[in-house]
Amino acid sequence: MPDAPYILEMRHITKDFPGVRALDGVTMTVRKADIHAICGENGAGKSTLMKVLSGVYPHGTYSGEIVYQGEEVAFKGIKSSERAGIVIIHQELALIPELSIRENIFLGNEVVSGGLIDWQRERELTLDLLARVGLELDPETQIKTLGVGQQQLVEIAKALSKDVKLLILDEPTSALNEDDSENLLKLMLGLKAKGITCLMISHKLNEIAAVSDAVTVIRDGKTVETYPVEAGSVDEDRIIRSMVGRSLENRYPDHVPTIGETILEVRDWRVEHPTIPGRLICKDSSFYVRRGEIVGFAGLMGAGRTELARSLFGHSYGQHLSGTVRLRGEEVSMTSPAAAIRAGLAYVPEDRKLLGLNLLDSIKVTTVAANLRAIVRRGLIDAGMEYEVAEGYRRSMRTKAPSVDVGVATLSGGNQQKVVLSKWMFPDPDVLILDEPTRGIDVGAKFEIYKLIQELSDEGKGVVVISSELPELLGMTHRIYTICEGRITGVVNTADTDQEQLMRMMTTTASAAV
Amino acid sequence: MKSLKQVLGGDPRQYTMLGALVALLLVFQFASGGRMLTSSNFQNLLAGNSYVLILAIGMVMVIVIGQIDLSVGSVAGLVGMVMALAAANWGVPWWVALLIGLATGVLIGCWDGFWVAQVGIPGFITTLAGLLMFRGIVIWISGSISVPVPDEFRTLGSGYLPEWGPGFTLMNNSTLVLGLAAIAWVVWSQLRKWSRLGKPGERPPLWPVVVRVVLISLVIAYLTWIFGSGRPGTSFPIPGLILVALIIIYTIITQRTVFGRHIYAVGGNRAAAALSGVNTKRVTFVVMANMSFLAAVAGILFVGRATSAGPADGTAWELDAIAAVFIGGAAVAGGVGTVTASIVGGLVMAVLNSGLALTGVGADRTAVIKGLVLLIAVAFDVYSKGSGGRVSLTSRLFPKREEKALQDSGAGGLASSATSAEGSSTPSSSS
Repeated sequence: MPDAPYILEMRHITKDFPGVRALDGVTMTVRKADIHAICGENGAGKSTLMKVLSGVYPHGTYSGEIVYQGEEVAFKGIKSSERAGIVIIHQELALIPELSIRENIFLGNEVVSGGLIDWQRERELTLDLLARVGLELDPETQIKTLGVGQQQLVEIAKALSKDVKLLILDEPTSALNEDDSENLLKLMLGLKAKGITCLMISHKLNEIAAVSDAVTVIRDGKTVETYPVEAGSVDEDRIIRSMVGRSLENRYPDHVPTIGETILEVRDWRVEHPTIPGRLICKDSSFYVRRGEIVGFAGLMGAGRTELARSLFGHSYGQHLSGTVRLRGEEVSMTSPAAAIRAGLAYVPEDRKLLGLNLLDSIKVTTVAANLRAIVRRGLIDAGMEYEVAEGYRRSMRTKAPSVDVGVATLSGGNQQKVVLSKWMFPDPDVLILDEPTRGIDVGAKFEIYKLIQELSDEGKGVVVISSELPELLGMTHRIYTICEGRITGVVNTADTDQEQLMRMMTTTASAAV
Repeated sequence: MKSLKQVLGGDPRQYTMLGALVALLLVFQFASGGRMLTSSNFQNLLAGNSYVLILAIGMVMVIVIGQIDLSVGSVAGLVGMVMALAAANWGVPWWVALLIGLATGVLIGCWDGFWVAQVGIPGFITTLAGLLMFRGIVIWISGSISVPVPDEFRTLGSGYLPEWGPGFTLMNNSTLVLGLAAIAWVVWSQLRKWSRLGKPGERPPLWPVVVRVVLISLVIAYLTWIFGSGRPGTSFPIPGLILVALIIIYTIITQRTVFGRHIYAVGGNRAAAALSGVNTKRVTFVVMANMSFLAAVAGILFVGRATSAGPADGTAWELDAIAAVFIGGAAVAGGVGTVTASIVGGLVMAVLNSGLALTGVGADRTAVIKGLVLLIAVAFDVYSKGSGGRVSLTSRLFPKREEKALQDSGAGGLASSATSAEGSSTPSSSS
């Protein structure tokens, strides 16, 4: 469709960072009032491209041209792109928790009359904007009291307040649960009906398939293909093939488990909320894990999966009230993470940046962090051993890094996760609890993480995988426990179940044995 | 440039402040007509600043865990006074008074550690309260009067090493032995490090190591000469020797032990450290307690040099110590900073003090210049590290810059934007 009314054309965009070319001649066109999906593995250059478009990287720091509404534009910064009606909503929400919805929406664009902020006018405008995104909230509500889904909607309301013509959403649903995601996609369709163009970066192919009018796939900083699609009938396999540059018939590696005796057994685990006395976050949970077994934990956000795992891991969350843990058949008491590590338990947290990593550290320092004692000789850390351990894991896990001395902050999500996994493999635990081990990781790296998990189970370790992605649990685990509101609501053999049954079990509050 | 890097080993930027220190020495040498690089000036410089540098050793550990200690001056003053009063009023021998002093420091440290680590009150508040309280106690127990201390303390605060052996060396032989020992250690440690690098057969070239060893040895030899060749009876000062011993001990503790690694882990990401099995409360407690212990050592050396304990001793020392740590490149947010760099930062301040005094600049203008130097040194650090796309160090002072550095280096390192590709760092952290 050469004559289609394009709102945006990006031609031969090239952007260099010291030592690497992040974008290499990317060319793409976007039709007006389309929902245009941009796909690619982590590190492919999607976010960089959006930052070029929105002026985060100003004109002059890249080469190539951007034609917007028929004119070549040269944005000097976010302000100038916003004036043109291009608004970017970052993956990490940029709202200020202590301020109200109204204050956040007008932050930087305050409505002023006579040198003072016109509260009444702002309030009216906010009510109108909130109605457009389907939020029924008092404009004076503090952002910190809202859920992530509602915050996302406030971000969109903020964009609407700037008279947006082209809305860029960077992984808009990555932190949302299914309901909120669906809500957001509906809202995007509503914006489209009003003539607003959306550019959406997403890893979730089913969402892309549901709403997109066009797809652009980027790999290694280059456009692989860009083509119009029909919402509802998108070929997901074609997207995956062009994202990874090879076909991925099987997203989960084949594996024949060797299951041994019970290695971890938890009985009647009961935990109270850390700050709200009387509120139970684990209600008499009992489960077991056998050697060589990969056990899944399924549950909606807030169901208490992470809380259960963390309270097991040395009571590092909440107030432990009652319940016992048996490791290798013996009852153990683990009242600190250090004791849990000594007992042979490992917990890989879901949030790498917040809980899993010290971003100031190198790969080397991170790898040995949970088992420093093993590299101490005569009271001092042995630098040679430290290097050898880290280098050994880097090679065996094929972590992509020039050396183990580089900072973990420079690695991609998948490689960071490999470093975190090696940190927890080094203490040689008997049971590993992996909390969302593939979150924020691209398809290719996911496959490698899955293989690592299977290798761990082949070594006779028990592995617990907590995941929000049901296909992942169905593809990887041998048994699945479901959790709802802090209670284990059932357990099934993975071979005998499907997504619908799991979803039912995840949403029943009554304890029902299946 | 490449060969310079090879000789220095590691990141050349860490030598920026050392270069500035040498430049300052030369400038003041010229401006003061040759009175900067003299035996007596160096001896005074070291003995007169050893107490602040000792405070900087403890302070960098406190700052690395993300805290601050404002009370060190008051603690040093209180310890000196307690010791002087114990010797004067109870008639205990000098070494008992010394032990009482050190014990007082440790006790105060446990007090700080309790509030910061167990109760969870920020170090800024706890030690601001300490600053007021301990100063008040000093004035209270002394009745605002200076109390003389036993003569033995003078050796600790301003003494020199013994004279012995032949005279043909033309210098103090104790200092000579120290210098030779230091050179021997440099040669041995550098060669050992080299021999462990790389695999057998493909070792890195030897010449940069040789050049480095020769350069360091020349510097040590020069310092040995300048400290040892003063008027008879003087040598490398005893407080300087105590300082050097503490620097070595604390460098090993922070860089080579599990506890040291834990300090950086707590400062870099407290939650991640806790989940890695680090007892974050214990680390915080020990670091705060250790700070007051070192403040006690500093207070003891000072009263030794002053020969009496006064009610105003130690006033505003905390500011000098904190400035030294930040000039040395530590990050306000914690996680970054080293003992040696903080000592270099402290020496920059000391040389400025001494040089400006020698060139006849008054205390008023000296204070202005020191303030500007602190600001410019940190700004320079932020600029050079931020623009190089490297993560952190003082770029953490300016989170925006840091973010940019992170993104740039993320894309720069492995064609991946570390910050943008994360699904995991969104506000919801529970599932």
